[in-house]
Amino acid sequence: MNKFTRRTLVKGGTAATAASVLTGPALLEWAKAWAQTAPWKPEKGAKLSMLRWKYFVQSEDDAFVKLIEAFTKATGVHVDISRESYEDVQPKASVAANTGTGPDLFWGLYSLPHLFPQKCVDMTDVADYLGKKYGGWVPSAVTYGKSGNKWICIPICYSGNMINYRIEASKKAGFSKFPDKSDAFLEYAKAMKAQNAPGGFALGHASGDGNGWVHWCLWSQGGNTVDKSDKVIINSPETAKALEYAKTLYASMIPGTASWNDASNNKAFLAGEINWTDNGISIYVAAKKDPTKKQIAEDMDHAYWPVGPIGKPTELHLMYPAMAMTYTKYPQACKALLAFMLEADNFNPWIESAQGYLTHCLNAYDKNPIWTADPKNKVFGEAAKRTLTAGGLGSVGEKAATAIADFVVLDMFANYCTGREDVKGSIAIAERQLKRIYR
Amino acid sequence: MTDVTLNGLKPSPRTVTAWDRLKTNRSWLSFWFMLPAAAFLILFLAYPLGLGVWLSFTDARLGRGGVFVGIENYEFLWEDTTFWLSVFNTILYTTVASTIKFAVGLYLALLLNERLPFKAIIRAVVLIPFIVPTVLSAIAFWWLFDPQFSIISWSLKKMGLITANIDFLGDVWNARWSVIFANIWRGVPFVAITLLAGLQTVSPSLYEAATIDGATNWQRFRYITYPLLTPIIAVVMTFSVLFTFTDFQLIWVMTRGGPVNATHLMATFSYQRAIMSGYLGEGAAISTAMIPFLLGAILVSWFGLQRRKWQQGESND
Repeated sequence: MNKFTRRTLVKGGTAATAASVLTGPALLEWAKAWAQTAPWKPEKGAKLSMLRWKYFVQSEDDAFVKLIEAFTKATGVHVDISRESYEDVQPKASVAANTGTGPDLFWGLYSLPHLFPQKCVDMTDVADYLGKKYGGWVPSAVTYGKSGNKWICIPICYSGNMINYRIEASKKAGFSKFPDKSDAFLEYAKAMKAQNAPGGFALGHASGDGNGWVHWCLWSQGGNTVDKSDKVIINSPETAKALEYAKTLYASMIPGTASWNDASNNKAFLAGEINWTDNGISIYVAAKKDPTKKQIAEDMDHAYWPVGPIGKPTELHLMYPAMAMTYTKYPQACKALLAFMLEADNFNPWIESAQGYLTHCLNAYDKNPIWTADPKNKVFGEAAKRTLTAGGLGSVGEKAATAIADFVVLDMFANYCTGREDVKGSIAIAERQLKRIYR
Repeated sequence: MTDVTLNGLKPSPRTVTAWDRLKTNRSWLSFWFMLPAAAFLILFLAYPLGLGVWLSFTDARLGRGGVFVGIENYEFLWEDTTFWLSVFNTILYTTVASTIKFAVGLYLALLLNERLPFKAIIRAVVLIPFIVPTVLSAIAFWWLFDPQFSIISWSLKKMGLITANIDFLGDVWNARWSVIFANIWRGVPFVAITLLAGLQTVSPSLYEAATIDGATNWQRFRYITYPLLTPIIAVVMTFSVLFTFTDFQLIWVMTRGGPVNATHLMATFSYQRAIMSGYLGEGAAISTAMIPFLLGAILVSWFGLQRRKWQQGESND
C-alpha cells in the first residue's frame, strides 16, 4: 500500500500539519489583507456567537478553531463557538428563531434555514461572490441555499454517506468490485449473507445513515414523496416496489438494525460483525487510526450507491448550511465570517483536515488534494455533485425539513421491513403524515 | 391613688379602624405570606400548563406563532395510528412497571424491616439505582441491550444457552420488556424505601398482640401491616404511577421511541412531534391528552385507598 507523504501528514491528525498551505504568521498576514479588501466590514465592537454541529473528526475541529482565530486577529471580531450533536442543532435553532435570542450564527443540517426563512439574514451577496470566485455552486447547493430569489444561507459543506464494504469477503462472494446496479446489489447482499458475511443499514431513527439509505431506495426505484408542485405522490406502485426491494434486502441484513442509530453501524463494522453498510468516511478514518484495526482499514473500500431502474444516481447526502439570524446585532460581521470560511486559503486546509469526512460544494475545490491523497477517498469527493435534495422532486423548504425530521420515509420502510404493517398500511401512514405536512 | 393623668383626663379608648382590622386579619396576612410561594408555583407550574393547553388548540410551529384552530390537532391525533400506539405503550408500560415495582418494593421493604446485620449500609445500597442520574443508568442499559455487544448475550452464549445474540432493542416486544425492566430497576428503591418508612410507623405492640393471639405471618401482614400501610401506599403509588407515565429520559436514551415506535410513550412522542418535527401545537395536544389519564390515576389512589373510617379518625363500624 503506497503511503503518500500528504496522507501520512493527514493521518497525523494535527491541524498544524494538515493546514499546510498557510500557517502562523503567513495566514495572519493573508487574513489581514483579506479583511482590508473584503466587501463586508464587520460592525464596530462586533462579537459573534456560533452554534455548530459537533465535529466527527478532531482534526477538523482543530483546524476550524485556527480558522476562527485568524478571523478574529484579522478583523478584531471575537467569535464564540459552541458545539452540539448535529441532530440537536435544529431544535436549538428553532427555539432561538421562536424567541428571538440566541447565537448569531447557526451551522446545521439539510434545509434548517428553510424552517424559518424569514428569520435568516439575506446572504445573496456572499453567495454570488463565492460562486463567481470559485467556479460556481453545485446545483443541489443552489437549491438548498435559496428561498425564492434570495439566498438565506451559505452551504458550507456536505457529508458524504457512501457504501462501505469489505473487499475480501466480497471477492469470496463472487464480486470483484461493488455492484453498481441495484438488482446486482440485491444479489450481492444475498451472496454475502450466504457466506455468513452479512451487512446492515439502519432502520432506527438514525438521521444520517438511516435517512440516507431509505431515500436512496425510494428514489432509485422511482418512488417520490411529492412531485415538483409539492403534491403528495407517495402512494404509487414505484413506492411499493421500493418497499419490496428493501424487505428483500432486510432479509440479508444482520438482526437488530431496527434499533440502530447513527453510531451503531460504525461499531458493528469495526468489530467485523457486518461487511457492508452506508456511512461517511468515519469508519475508514477510525480503522486507520487504531493499530488493532489496520487489517480492516486495508480490507475495506468505498463505493457509490448502486443505480436503480430510474437510470441515474439518487443519493442523499447531508448538507451543512450556515446561516445568520435576523436578530443578530452584527449582520455584516456574520457575512464576513461566512465568506472568510469559504475562501480557498481557509477552506482548503480545513477540508483536508477533515480527512474526507466533508465535501465541498464549490466546483473549484475539486482540486483539493484530499481527494487524491488516498484512492479510497475518491468517491466522497463527488458527494455534493451526486446528491439529490431533501424533499426529492419537491421544494426544499420547511415541509421537506419537517418530513425528514419526522422520519416519515424511514418509518414507512421500518414498518414494512419489520412486518409491523403491510405494504398498503405502511404507505397509508406515510401518506397521511405527508399530506398534513404538505398541505 | 385614683388614676389621674397629666392633664387630668381619662384616656379615651382608641377607635379600631378598618385598616387596623385588616392588618390583624389572619386571611389577609396569610395571603401576603403565601404570595412568594404562589408566584413561584404559578410561574413555573400553572403558566406552562395553561400555555401548553392553549398551544394544543393552535397550529403553532417551532419558529413561528400560530392561530387558534380549535380541536383540529385532536382530530388529527384521533385518526393517527402512531398516537394510539403511544397511548397503548404508555398504559402498558405504566401498569406493568408500576405493578411489579409495587410488589418488589413492598417485599423489599418487608425484608429490610427485619433485624438485619449492616442494615444501614444495605438500605443505602438499595437506594442507589434511584439516585444514579437516569441518563447514566439508561446509557448503561443501552450498552447492556446492544444487539451486537450485549454482555448478557455474550454470557449466555458462553454458557451455551443461546447461539445467536438476543435482539433486545430491535424487536418490538423485546424492546418493550427491556425498557420496562430498566424502569423497574430504577424505580423499586423509591417504593421500597418509602414503604419501609411507613412500616416503621406500625406499632410493634400490634404485632405482639397478634402473635399472642396466634396469628400467622400472612395473617399479621394481611390484617395489620397492609391496612395501616394503605395511606402510604396511596402516596407512593400515586407518585410512582405519575413518574412512570410521564417517563422521558429512559425511553429517549435507550430507544428514542423505536423500534418502529414500539416504545414511544406519550411524553417522548410529544417531544418528537413538537420539537424535532416542529409541530408545537400537535405536540402540546399529545401532552395535554395525558392529563385525563393522570387525573384518573390520582383519583383512584386518593379515593380508592383512603376510605377506611378509622383512618380518618372515626371509630370502627
